[in-house]
Amino acid sequence: MKYLYYPGCSLESTGKPYDVSVRTVFKLLGFELEEIADWNCCGATAYMSVKETVALSISARVLALAEKIGGEIIAPCSSCYTILSKTNRDLKANPELEELVKEALDAGGLTYNGTVSVRHPLDVLVNDIGIELITAKAVRSLHGLKTANYYGCQLVRPEKGFDDREFPTSMDNLFASLGAENVYFPAKVRCCGGMLMTTFTEVGLKLNHDILQRAKENAADVILTTCPMCHINLEGYQSEINKKFHTNFNMPIVYFTQLLGWALGAGMEEVGMELNLIPIEHRVVGGVVTR
Amino acid sequence: MMEGDRVAFKLSTPGVLPKSERKLREEFLSQLELVPGGEKIKSCIQCGTCTGSCPVSYVMDISPREVIARFRIGDIESILKSRTIWVCASCYACTTRCPSGIRITDILYAMKRTAIEEGIFPSRFPVYTMSEGFVKNVNRYGRNHEMGLLVSFYLRTSPLKLLKMLPLGWRLFKRKRISFTPMKIKRLDQIKSIVAKAESQVMPSEKASIMVASTVGYGSTTEVKQRAAGAAQGGAK
Ligand code: SF4
Ligand code: SF4
Repeated sequence: MKYLYYPGCSLESTGKPYDVSVRTVFKLLGFELEEIADWNCCGATAYMSVKETVALSISARVLALAEKIGGEIIAPCSSCYTILSKTNRDLKANPELEELVKEALDAGGLTYNGTVSVRHPLDVLVNDIGIELITAKAVRSLHGLKTANYYGCQLVRPEKGFDDREFPTSMDNLFASLGAENVYFPAKVRCCGGMLMTTFTEVGLKLNHDILQRAKENAADVILTTCPMCHINLEGYQSEINKKFHTNFNMPIVYFTQLLGWALGAGMEEVGMELNLIPIEHRVVGGVVTR
Repeated sequence: MMEGDRVAFKLSTPGVLPKSERKLREEFLSQLELVPGGEKIKSCIQCGTCTGSCPVSYVMDISPREVIARFRIGDIESILKSRTIWVCASCYACTTRCPSGIRITDILYAMKRTAIEEGIFPSRFPVYTMSEGFVKNVNRYGRNHEMGLLVSFYLRTSPLKLLKMLPLGWRLFKRKRISFTPMKIKRLDQIKSIVAKAESQVMPSEKASIMVASTVGYGSTTEVKQRAAGAAQGGAK
């Protein structure tokens, strides 16, 4: 079975560990990812606030390229996932806009008929491939590891998607079945602030401090993330947060696919673990799964 | 931290909007028409759930609930000048919880676009500078070059901050998580023609000549048009 892969701009640079681990996980589970050739930036939230038709046409190009190949898109970045899905929804909801976007695509020799669905890897893993098959293929147990499962905001909102908008559980179920302990984590859908870390740094630091604090006070070993934006905010700014709030966080921030890949038997480097800024190695015990 | 300045609201004759306000209102209402379900703004019950759910309301000068309240009393200007619309992180917490189904996040986007259209924001304003840099980046390469974007952003807003970013940059660089050269897509020409076409398009809301909203300024332009059409046919609607 094959999925179309849309890495998005972040996964080419700061989000590299996510890219590496997503590819590894799907390979280990026996699924093929075909990267959409010559994909472009989805437009992200920054674009959305400038001119709507331009933003929509840009993300519609990705959908059009995918439609030509045929299949479902997997978009690991929560922001890309949200934008591409929103484009699909907006075009369906507003025929006038759809007409304009069609015209714009036509100028580039493309067409889009609205048939491509956009999926997040967490959704595909839990709902298509299934926890049962994943646990059956796991070779390492996560027993003894306490995870704070952080979904962030854009993965589960605004529309009701594959999980609950206030209290999602798909990641919790996945990792619990692999042996990990899900700690109580009331910040699971709190916003990391996204670009605010750059545009209103003070606010960004505070939001991320609060998330780290919730994980730490519930004794998590690691925060699992699903989005490159959340990841870099929580990981890259920890020392600055420590300085500002007089804390001593040293919390590993790990993409959920990195830990999943490791449980499925991949080596640390195959899931890009050494690319993370805060090492997790000493915290994963990694007993062998006994059946 | 940020000064908690409140934007003063100027009183005018009750029920009658000043001309400048009416113009902003029209611009905003035409933006709002692009928001599916935008007209629901009228069913706000002022419960404050949005403000209570917002992770950044503590630094807003006008809370999300108050945005709607100010819209109602005809004070769009202060919303457009507020920090609120720029500090919103688009996390959709408010939209998810609003009991009246109001898409507050999208309303704030509409406000932002109105402010940009009208040029109402301080120069070199961080959020706008960021969006602008982002758009340029994507138009030039087809993809966003994270490092290029951040560097040009800091150079334009606060070069000192760029120095502060160096340690993080170095740590990421050592792990090959930063690229110095932008990734260019092959069919840049295609993107360019698509963008050029989209840029030249007239939005549905711009196409219909905007009618002056009623003096109290309620109702979307579509509604005003419909009412006008109804009146023209002699039917009392
Ligand atoms: S949550 Fe909805 S109804 Fe309540 S104040 Fe906010 S916008 Fe109005
Ligand atoms: S979308 Fe904006 S206004 Fe709404 S809760 Fe999030 S930050 Fe606040």
